Amino acid sequence: MIEKTGVPTRTQILKEFPDLIVLKKPKAIIECYKDIPCNPCDTSCPFDAIHVPQDINQRPQINFDKCTGCGVCVYHCPGLAITVRQIKADKAILKIPYEFVPLPQKDAIVKVLDRSGKHLTDGLIKQVRINESQDKTAIITIEIEAKHIIEAMTIEVPYGS
Amino acid sequence: MRIRQHPILMFTEKQKIQFYYNGKQVYGYDGDTIASALHALGIKNLSHSIHLKRARGFYCAIGNCASCNMEVNGEPNVRTCITPLKKDMDVKQQVGKGRPYDA
Amino acid sequence: MHKEVIIIGAGPAGLTAASQLLKIGVEVMLIDRNDLVGGQLTKQTHMFFGSEKQHASKRGIDILTMLDEKLKQYPNKLTVFTQTTVVGLYNDKVVTCIKDDRYFKLSADAIIIATGASEKSLPFENNDLPGVYAAGAVQTLMNVYGVKPGHKVLMVGSGNIGLIVSYQLMQAGVHVVGLVEAADHISGYLVHASKIKRLGVDLWMNTSVKKAIGVDSVEAVEIWQLDDQWQGIPGTEKQLEVDTICIAVGLAPLTELLQQIGAEVVYIRELGGNVPRVNKHYETSINNVFACGDVTGIEEASSAMIAGEITGIETALKLGYHVPNHTAKLTQLHCDLDTLRQGPHGSKIRQGIAKLGVQL
Repeated sequence: MIEKTGVPTRTQILKEFPDLIVLKKPKAIIECYKDIPCNPCDTSCPFDAIHVPQDINQRPQINFDKCTGCGVCVYHCPGLAITVRQIKADKAILKIPYEFVPLPQKDAIVKVLDRSGKHLTDGLIKQVRINESQDKTAIITIEIEAKHIIEAMTIEVPYGS
Repeated sequence: MRIRQHPILMFTEKQKIQFYYNGKQVYGYDGDTIASALHALGIKNLSHSIHLKRARGFYCAIGNCASCNMEVNGEPNVRTCITPLKKDMDVKQQVGKGRPYDA
Repeated sequence: MHKEVIIIGAGPAGLTAASQLLKIGVEVMLIDRNDLVGGQLTKQTHMFFGSEKQHASKRGIDILTMLDEKLKQYPNKLTVFTQTTVVGLYNDKVVTCIKDDRYFKLSADAIIIATGASEKSLPFENNDLPGVYAAGAVQTLMNVYGVKPGHKVLMVGSGNIGLIVSYQLMQAGVHVVGLVEAADHISGYLVHASKIKRLGVDLWMNTSVKKAIGVDSVEAVEIWQLDDQWQGIPGTEKQLEVDTICIAVGLAPLTELLQQIGAEVVYIRELGGNVPRVNKHYETSINNVFACGDVTGIEEASSAMIAGEITGIETALKLGYHVPNHTAKLTQLHCDLDTLRQGPHGSKIRQGIAKLGVQL
């Protein structure tokens, strides 16, 4: 249970996903499982795809028809709770927010972790993006096998080294 | 114990400041408090409690709890967590209430 | 020296109160015992929640820079005393201070107490060993001074401070071996918990520290599970090798100065302990002595910034200043505060304010 472990249940996770067919195009997956007063995902979205109700304590709603998977919300979310996911043939492309140093290098093979921090699979770094507007939150694009599209969440960080 | 690389903050090399810890010459950096300079050197034991003389270290970092009190330039009970480090400061581990109140 | 308003404490509440007063044209003196202004903002490297008005998505350290720049527009009206400890507060609005071994007296027409709060401790065997540190203090050590507290850390407490500082320890390259929480659920924002869990930090509920182990500093920690009466269960002990134990079990308002002048103080558990009885104008029971920020009840920095703005305007009005559209401004600010306090995480503060019996 997420209130005890920090890990959402599979049912909770699946509720945030569209039908996998929709993920032929990149889409933002918002994993904000509890009401908190917050709305930068809504105000930062250039395509008006994310909506937080008048009471900003309520959870964001995403319109997958409008979402282009641009990733602007990914680095604006103070909870780092948004990823962008896409299925390309037998590969899944995952864009994650990343706030650690050193940044991974393009073409490196990295350990991909699930929501409980377990090593799920290995992934290939396709892109590392960091610019002024991202305010120090890098966006890392990782390629993994398509079957991990739902479970994959982040990559191993170099802490403690 | 200094952070060399950080994803959000820039810790640029600052000017070295020489000071004394229990009579030994050591170094901190400009911008340090006495407590941060000592921590960077791995020194955690800053004073001793009044009655049982148990080891005392840093705790609150806002100058409130008195756990990091040390003897600085002969003056006891200096709150080292909020006192900026200055060149040639003579910093000593404090025992109890500090001299001249306690041995 | 006499000033119209003296603000004690230059954290989020004190700074926004100052900014409002200066904008209205009131002269302000800000006093803080630290060498840097900003209070908790000086070390908050994480992005804030809330809406754009509360600078959501901006990092605390950058919000501080913005506030600082606002204050710099009024060099003739603002005096700042840092490294200055207020040691006495008197009913005739006299403030006595110590700076650089010098003791001096200041006075004002109105005083705003924005002293914030201090981190609580936790009773367990050897909790006085060096290496047992308040989590926010460790955040200061890392993010202001660039120094790591140790190599391996156990975090105690799953409120937002415990969760955020765990993440920031990892960002500084420190290994977080786990987080214990005495309650049966995570008390901070779940997004913060998920953020560290997915990086491999385990969160153990119904668990607390039995004792710290070490001679002159922490060398290990023994944790154990708690039963539903919050008592340790013998036989469930587990030893972890750590050199640092971070305590993040809540904050207590710093009301000493208010008690010194005899302002009425009430104990309200939901607000963090003893808090001044303020009215809806944030004025304490002493005429022209106001209080805002964590000293009136423990909340997030975003709430403290709004409360500071309200207090700044209210203080100016009390001193007889004309504040254009003040009714509309105050209504809007109160409405913003209400919004931040809605939702499940605001329930404690809502209950606390209800006990205080005013519309804050």
